[in-house]
Amino acid sequence: MSTLHTVNKSPFERSSLASCLAHVAQGDAVLLIEDGVTGARRGSSFAEALHAKSPVCAIYILAPDLAARGMKAEDVIEGAKFVDYGGFVDLVAEKTRVVAWL
Amino acid sequence: MRFGIVVNEGPYTHQASDSAYQFAKAVLARGHEIFRVFFYHDGVNNGTRYTVPPQDDRNLQKLWSELAETHKLDLVVCIAAAQRRGILDANEAKRQGKDGDNIAPGFRISGLGQLIEAGIQSDRLVTFGD
Repeated sequence: MSTLHTVNKSPFERSSLASCLAHVAQGDAVLLIEDGVTGARRGSSFAEALHAKSPVCAIYILAPDLAARGMKAEDVIEGAKFVDYGGFVDLVAEKTRVVAWL
Repeated sequence: MRFGIVVNEGPYTHQASDSAYQFAKAVLARGHEIFRVFFYHDGVNNGTRYTVPPQDDRNLQKLWSELAETHKLDLVVCIAAAQRRGILDANEAKRQGKDGDNIAPGFRISGLGQLIEAGIQSDRLVTFGD
């Protein structure tokens, strides 16, 4: 059983990303959406925590939300994967359940 | 696959309703089915037809109503959350002694049981909120 975790707030505003990363299991995926995409900024204090989880679970970023915030692929951590809304739907279908860290 | 969608935030305050709308469109574009969209807490504010945003801004209520009409979606507004926020249909307006109703086309007011049912009947339940 694998879970898709969605995080929609900046880790500098809420603790939802930290809580999420403390609960992910092998084979899960984390999708950063809305302000959550800022958590993946390269060089930020959360970049290392996210990177450390990459052997456990894949990190995805909703590309339209990243672009809406003026950020580009090279602004975020290495290894992160990008999806559009269609890819978001595919991730939901691929995993057995979804947890929104609100 | 059958999807249920929960929207916990109103339009224009947070991105949640925009995200949920874009997600719902993508679900349909992928050929999946949407069993129900349940509007809870401040999410009920998506369902008032008196929404009049500036003309160059998106009208989320209208977008939801149009999506519901095109794809025969079931948009359900939580009754307790709706009454607190002044969202009424004709029946509720009459029952509460109010002089008018404001529920938007394609939306209907019902109870939390509809959320539970959406959780049971859908293969995936995806929540958008603050």
